[in-house]
Amino acid sequence: MTSLATLAGVSRRYGDVTALDAVDLAVGEAELVGLLGPNGAGKTTLLSLLQGLRRPTSGTVRLFGGDPRDAASRVHLGCTPQETALPATLRVGEVIDFVGGHFPDRMPTAELAAEFGLTELLRRQTGALSGGQRRRLSVALAFVGRPRLVLLDEPTTGLDVDGRRALWDAIRRQHTAGATIIVTSHYLEEIEALAERVVVIAEGRIVADDSLAAVLARVGDRWVRLATPETERVAALPGVVAAAPDETGVSLAVHDSDAFVRELVASGIPFSGLQVRGATLEEAFLALTERSAA
Amino acid sequence: MSALRLTALHTRYALVETFRVPIAVIGSLAFPALAFLFFIVPQRTVADDPVFATQAVVQLMVFALMSNALFGFGISISQARETPWDPYLRTLPAPAVARILSQVLSTGLLGLVALVPVLVLGATLTKAHADAAGLALGLLALVASALPFLFAGIAIGYAMPMKVAIAVVQIVMFALAFGGGLFLPPVLFPGWLDAVSRFLPSRQAREAVVQAVQGGEVPWWAWGGLAAWTVALLALTLVLYRRDEGRRFR
Repeated sequence: MTSLATLAGVSRRYGDVTALDAVDLAVGEAELVGLLGPNGAGKTTLLSLLQGLRRPTSGTVRLFGGDPRDAASRVHLGCTPQETALPATLRVGEVIDFVGGHFPDRMPTAELAAEFGLTELLRRQTGALSGGQRRRLSVALAFVGRPRLVLLDEPTTGLDVDGRRALWDAIRRQHTAGATIIVTSHYLEEIEALAERVVVIAEGRIVADDSLAAVLARVGDRWVRLATPETERVAALPGVVAAAPDETGVSLAVHDSDAFVRELVASGIPFSGLQVRGATLEEAFLALTERSAA
Repeated sequence: MSALRLTALHTRYALVETFRVPIAVIGSLAFPALAFLFFIVPQRTVADDPVFATQAVVQLMVFALMSNALFGFGISISQARETPWDPYLRTLPAPAVARILSQVLSTGLLGLVALVPVLVLGATLTKAHADAAGLALGLLALVASALPFLFAGIAIGYAMPMKVAIAVVQIVMFALAFGGGLFLPPVLFPGWLDAVSRFLPSRQAREAVVQAVQGGEVPWWAWGGLAAWTVALLALTLVLYRRDEGRRFR
């Protein structure tokens, strides 16, 4: 498997802050990688290194075997602008032609517009688009140059359910057609829908890099919260994936909350204020972070 | 994709964007013309003397190009670096030289357009005079001598955030304008100021254009100085561009 993008021992510091800490990562042909992590974990820094926007403090970054800071290395790279960034006075068709003009083998504007549902909007100035339409245009721009590697940063943030599914379908079609994709997201659902491999970053380090199923098995998908004088005994109960104690109680990631509650009651440990709900992605990350710190 | 084609592409869309907001274009057209109307036309001793009036037109044209370059580049680039569209453009496969050249071409073109009102006012309301050859040579000299200001503006744009850039551009612009004899002609300068002035690109540009229009010989320190400023500032621009990673927050 040839590697399209490689980070070897990459660290990036901003003054005293370490955004990435000795990260190793290789992404190969035809992969669809979900990049997860809480805000400030280093996802954006990692993408900006691959885009050639920043250089690492130490270590090496390779894109198609070259330095991503050389324009020629980026001919097969596709990226999304933030949707608020689109130049408001340019028309949709003009933005597509402008970006497409950078690539030797670009997708025709009409074909790209049809794929991403922009056909009716080509004559519209981007300032007149709705948030969802801007989002679609931003994602479409990543594909105009027929890229081999695409970086999608939060591609469906702010979209309604239908818009999100339509965009996922388009992204999956592009992946099937041969594009390698790295996608960051805050939505567990999005990662489940798109990614085959999942890389989790926390505090500048990779804390998990595995198949989607394997990572989901590690994070636990239910979240239980309670107050108890015997935190450690609770955390040691079977089925607990991670435990995060704080001043008012303890939060626990578990796979099967019903089984956990039965265990808890059977153990006779005193507790109060029991809450059970689905884990958010942030909490799932927290579980992995706790483990990596332990 | 050749750097030349990408330069043309970026230039075209920069101009399309600018002309979609026509008030910006009208502003840069009006500013030098208004300055000429208020500062030169009412001074009849200058306006009615063909030599002085022509030099005054040249001085304001140099000033127009200089302020257009310093403002156009310094502020638009520092501003662009703070919006998320610019980092996106940097992920596209366009080399630094294509992006810098397109900025030069698009803002430079607007600067040239801004010269037209000053020329028209000078020809109609004063005794300023130039024959066809002088006019052609003068425009060539103007374009060539504007290069240091283009690169100075770009360097400022890449070196500092917008609020700092606005202040620095204003200081640099007025220092260069007064020190270079663009507002008061250098014949009024005391000896020490005249000596210092010859090191400034604004003074060198003024001499080069005045001599080109009026048919004298351009002094060596003027064209040599302009060449040196151009090379030095171009090198600085390239270094700053490559170093640039967008705005840095601490």
